[in-house]
Amino acid sequence: MYTEKVMDHFEHPRNVGEIDNPSGMGTVGNAKCGDIMRIYLDIDENQIIRDVKFKTFGCGAAVATSSMATEMVKGKTVQEAMAVTNMAVCEALDGLPPVKVHCSLLAEEAIHAALWDYAKKNGLEIEGLKKPKSDIGEEEVEEEY
Amino acid sequence: MKQLIYLDNAATTQTRPEVVEAMLPYFTEYYGNPSSVYEFSGISKKAVSGARETIANALGAKANEIYFTAGGSESDNWALIATAEAYANKGKHIITSKIEHHAVLHTGEYLEKQGFEVTYLNVDENGVIKLEDLKKAIRPDTILISIMFANNEIGTIEPIKEIGEIAKEHGILFHTDAVQAFGHVPINVDEFHIDMLSASGHKINGPKGIGFLYIRSGIKSRSFIHGGAQERKRRAGTENVPGIVGFGKATELAVAGMEDRANKESELRNYLMDRVMAEVPFTRINGHRKNRLSNNVNFAFQFIEGESLLIMLDMKGICGSSGSACTSGSLDPSHVLLSIGLPHEIAHGSLRLTLDERNTKEEMDYVVESIKEIVEKLRSMSPLYEDYIRHQAK
Repeated sequence: MYTEKVMDHFEHPRNVGEIDNPSGMGTVGNAKCGDIMRIYLDIDENQIIRDVKFKTFGCGAAVATSSMATEMVKGKTVQEAMAVTNMAVCEALDGLPPVKVHCSLLAEEAIHAALWDYAKKNGLEIEGLKKPKSDIGEEEVEEEY
Repeated sequence: MKQLIYLDNAATTQTRPEVVEAMLPYFTEYYGNPSSVYEFSGISKKAVSGARETIANALGAKANEIYFTAGGSESDNWALIATAEAYANKGKHIITSKIEHHAVLHTGEYLEKQGFEVTYLNVDENGVIKLEDLKKAIRPDTILISIMFANNEIGTIEPIKEIGEIAKEHGILFHTDAVQAFGHVPINVDEFHIDMLSASGHKINGPKGIGFLYIRSGIKSRSFIHGGAQERKRRAGTENVPGIVGFGKATELAVAGMEDRANKESELRNYLMDRVMAEVPFTRINGHRKNRLSNNVNFAFQFIEGESLLIMLDMKGICGSSGSACTSGSLDPSHVLLSIGLPHEIAHGSLRLTLDERNTKEEMDYVVESIKEIVEKLRSMSPLYEDYIRHQAK
């Protein structure tokens, strides 16, 4: 069902954990649809993401996309992190089954939510960053099977 | 392949070697069509009759009340749709439950689109139908009650005899989906007042692609598959002779070993259940503690998600199943777990393990150790667990 890369990131997730006093933290998703992602960011004065950690309640794809997304933003500037879209995460994992693509959306949202928290705390504006939806699950249209 | 511990016998079972052996001659040697006139095909016809007899005896039914189908889903579809059509002039109301298999639920939804009314009964926290609710739901135009014998996810066995009595009292037909129960628990159609019953071969160590519908004599039923005159003109299509023979053999073995098997399975299942409950915190058992299938256990592990758990168990060679949304192909977790009142996030963390009598205590120990390790790992990654711990610390 999953690609080798997804399985690798699921079996050996990178950057699991918490950061004390993070520069930014965001939690997205809901328990109803079974995915919750939390991202912690440690950002230095040059707006470079020094460290990133995640915690995820969810399926294999949710864990793998969280892990991959953290890898992709680590060491990047805030602006570069904005370019890490769900499609980019999906591609980096060699794709996800269609029913799991929403998991990668959650990873993008979680990073945006953490960046929003960071921007708000520091009175900054990040280009292209919108106020995160607290619950992206509700936006989804249930598919007919 | 690595060591395999198969604990998904509610999904399907191994076809027993004795069953395969009984089937084999009907592929290569006695391949005649039972409907043909020559002596050669008489052997196939006799084999089908023998299996029908064995199955009928297992239910306390008559052989001519057993109709072979392609499986449990077809039997359920047939029972509901044919009854609805045949009795539509008497009424258009059907009663079933919210925890039925989709073969019944989706057929109910289909019938609603055809102008029938369907009442889906709630169940209690153990997944048991409330008889008072059933009585209240009955109307003058109720033509059918369809309640499963035992639930496929949580293993709860329904009060079938009581339901049958209520149906009989009100002159309403009673169908039961016994796919998980046939061959596992004693069933007598007269004692339980069952008018129709669905079962499937591959749940009792028989082959896949074969099932039957029991229809009590005298019940009006229409043909569901149109064509030839097989199955007394009620189910067209050349008989799946090897499948029928295999189902007959599997039934014979299941009935003969029923009590012994149930004892072995429940002893092993209780050992597994007790160890997990004692050693994994924040865990609950779904389904009735006593009135449940002897080989079924259904856990809910708080703060974790079922698909992740299944994949990690698979990496350790353990096959199980979950009611999490991710394994159901939709965003919602199992309708059964929601019906017994579990909140979504707990329903997502469910694990169903269904044993076979040949599983061992050593395997159960390995499974417990694996579950402990995996649940701990997933909880250490879970934001829900983190929040819970923080909340406790306050």
